[in-house]
This record gives sequence, structure tokens and C-alpha cells, in this order.
Amino acid sequence: MKKEHKHENTKKFGMVIDLDKCTGCGACMVACMAENNVPFKKDESDKLDSITWICVYKLTNGKSFPDTEICYLPRPCMHCSGIGEHGHSPCVSVCPATATDYDHTTGIVSQIYTRCFGCRYCMAACPYHARYFNWWDPVWPEGMEKSLNPDVSPRMRGVVEKCSFCFHRYQAAMDKAYTEGRRELEEDEYQTACTQACPAGAITFGDLDNPDHKVYELKKSPNAFRLLERLKTNPKVYYLSSRDWVRKAGDNYLEAESKVKKKIV
Amino acid sequence: MTTLDDKAKEVSPDVVGDTNQTSSPDNCNCENKGKDSGGFILLFFIIGLAAALVAGWIIFPKLLYSQKKQPIDFNHALHNELVEEGCESCHFFREDGSFSGVPKLAQCIECHEEVQGEDPEEEKFVETYVANENEVPWLVYSRQPDCVFFSHAAHVKAAEMDCTVCHGHIGESTHLKTYEENRISGYSRDIWGKNIAGFKKNTWDRMKMDDCAKCHQKETGSKGACFQCHK
Repeated sequence: MKKEHKHENTKKFGMVIDLDKCTGCGACMVACMAENNVPFKKDESDKLDSITWICVYKLTNGKSFPDTEICYLPRPCMHCSGIGEHGHSPCVSVCPATATDYDHTTGIVSQIYTRCFGCRYCMAACPYHARYFNWWDPVWPEGMEKSLNPDVSPRMRGVVEKCSFCFHRYQAAMDKAYTEGRRELEEDEYQTACTQACPAGAITFGDLDNPDHKVYELKKSPNAFRLLERLKTNPKVYYLSSRDWVRKAGDNYLEAESKVKKKIV
Repeated sequence: MTTLDDKAKEVSPDVVGDTNQTSSPDNCNCENKGKDSGGFILLFFIIGLAAALVAGWIIFPKLLYSQKKQPIDFNHALHNELVEEGCESCHFFREDGSFSGVPKLAQCIECHEEVQGEDPEEEKFVETYVANENEVPWLVYSRQPDCVFFSHAAHVKAAEMDCTVCHGHIGESTHLKTYEENRISGYSRDIWGKNIAGFKKNTWDRMKMDDCAKCHQKETGSKGACFQCHK
């Protein structure tokens, strides 16, 4: 009985980002920072120590005018589930403090700030640079600490943080469902801040295993790909692009390299 | 390295042999001193151990917690008799599923706009807080650190647990107990538990992570993922 119930509750939350729609405006980054109390500094020009849970990258096809093309690629945490969905994501398997774990019921990779002691092994292990280190305690502009999100605990100096797929929103949605006597969520009840903020509607979020959710069909598109797929990290963030060079860039193919047959785990 | 004692030992047999008849108070004293000092070491060890134990188990816990009185001595039992829906009459769920926790002044004013009874605590409450529209700075015994996410809805609504499992029989109390604040962490003593050694008899004696995990293991078959209880 308990096992059945557990199986029922198993979700695989993921994202499909349509790069043809993304304009690179950065609204997702702003929404994310506001939602998740992400600290920032007065001078953010040094990108090596700035923190952005979702970061918009600019890709170019490397050709000169008039063949130049660019593509913007927002990169949240991929919430990798590893080979065979075992939850052996690169960061989880190296953490010596068990400060990060893979939740098999939601498919979300957590980060527990009070448990993390800042060795940054996970940052080295993550092939997507999705993890960030707090080199300083956060300093909010005067008065801003009053507008912090109470559902997300602010981080302290010396710990690693990353995108949580706005897990606090899932918790809040579940609370509402419980009080209404439900145990299941509707698709629109749990959406990440970046998804809702995207003015182009490029980001779609939902349960990848649920046929009723939009992401279920979108991820099957022939234009769909994932980043660094051949590392077999099995990410839960899919990208869509009609452009071949973008799809190739997603798996880091080098110019001299012939295209190897992709293996999807 | 020769000490005075070594020299004394070397010399003493001769002295004893030569002057067997003569009383040698010095010698006797020497031997007695040796025995006494051993006794003293043991004595001091025991005294030291006892002092350390007393310091560690009695004095330190006393120093560790500061005693704070609640602003108003609230009578749960009295209110519980007057309301219809038990605990949820005042500690209710909002429509969005969040839990209201300690009632705000607006709720109390519904009945206590003016002094109703003869209780001096009620009079104090109305005069100090209701009249000035100040929120009562209640000290919350069950306040958890900021990194903890606790869902009342999941426990009370979905799992249908009783409030007493975690909060004890506070609903039947006529006085609020003294709030003991950990001087180092700033949290209530109810989190660590009254017993400094960590023994507990009732489910509500302690509210640490291990206690949550133990119950989760028992009831759901798994301690749960980190994000279930952390944020």
C-alpha cells in the first residue's frame, strides 16, 4: 500500500526551453533573483563570482557577416538524474557532506545550505556551471531585506547554491492541495518564476512523465536536445531549436570532430 | 633528573639500619606523606570529576538558557472551552494552504475589544495591546531555524495527525510556561528538549531533525529527500 502510494506520487519535473523564441531579454534571470533571494554585488562585472541561478548565454555560429547568427540560451540547473534515473547526478555523487540529494519523488536536485561546508567539489563536478559559491555574506541595498521572499532562506558566506526549480512553490502548491483534500497538482499550480516571467513564452515547465503536461509532447520534438548529452548526465532541461548549429553547439561538438551518433539514455 | 624524593629513598635505608632504636619522626613522616599525596590525588580527581560533572550537566544548561516570561499569561484551557472548532478556531489554515500559527491581534479583538472578565492578565492585554493596537510579542516555543520548511497542511490535513503529537497538551494548560531561550542559538529549549542528555518520553518532548526523520521513517518508510523539510 505504501509503495503504491509512493509510486503514484513520483514526478519528474523538467523544463523545455524554446531557443527560437528566446530573445535574450534576461527577464528570467531577474525574476529568478527576486524570487530566490539571490545575492548580488554593486559591481557585477566579474562574472566569475557573480551568482545567477539561471544564466542566459549568447551563442554565435562563428561566421562573419552576413552569415552571423546568434542564439540566446538560458541555463538553469539541469537537475540531472544520471544513467538509468538512479539519481547519480554529477554533483550529488561527489558531495562529501550530503548537502545535496536527488529527490526521486520530484526529480529535483536539492541544495541544503546549512549542511554545505563549501568545499565546492560539486561546482567542479557540474558540467553546466549551474552551481555558484557565496564568497561573501549577502548585502542587500537598504530596505531590501524587508522584501526578501520568506519561503527561501538566504544563504550565508561559504556555501554553494543553485537553481531549485522554485521548489518552495511546489511546497506551497502542495499545501493548498492538502487543505483542499487533494494530493495531486494541476500543471499551472506549480510553475517556476522564470517560466512565468518569460515574455516570449519560451520556457515551459511541468512533469516530463505526465502526458497531460505540455512538456511531455514538447520534449519529443525532433528539434529537442539537451546540453552535453553524451556525458550521460540525463538532464531534465530540454531545448528546442530549429537551427542545426545550435543543436550541435548544445553537445559541444568541436569543429574538427565528425558528428557522432547520439545516444540517449 | 634526581629529585629530593629520590635522594630521600637512597638515604633512608642506611638511616633506618644505623639508628634502628632511635625514633625517626622524619622517616615516618616521609612515608606518610607519600601515602597521603596518593590519597590527595585521588581525592582531587574525584572532586574535580564531580565539579566537572556538576558544571557540565547542571550549571552549564542553566547558564545556556535564559528565562523569559511571555508578555501575557494566556490560558489555553479557558479559551478551548469557549471555542467550537478546537485548536483550529484560532490556529487556522488560510485558503492558500498556509498555516496562520500564533493568532494576530485582529483575531483576539473580535472578542476582547473591551475587558470581559476579572483576570488581571486580560486587563493587561486589553490595556497594553488592544488599546494601542500593538501586536503581542509572543515567544514561540516551536519556532524552527530559517532553513527548516514545515508544512502544517501535510501533517494535519493530509496525514491527519493530532496537534498534540508535536505540541503536547498545551491546549489543556492554564498558564504559559517560561520560555527558555538558548543563549547561543537563540532558539527555544523545546527544540533541543528539556532533558539535556537528549532522552525523551513523549513525541512532543523534542523537535530536532532526528525526531522528524524518525517519525517519517516509521510512517512513510523513508526519511524523505532534503527538500521535503529544508528550504
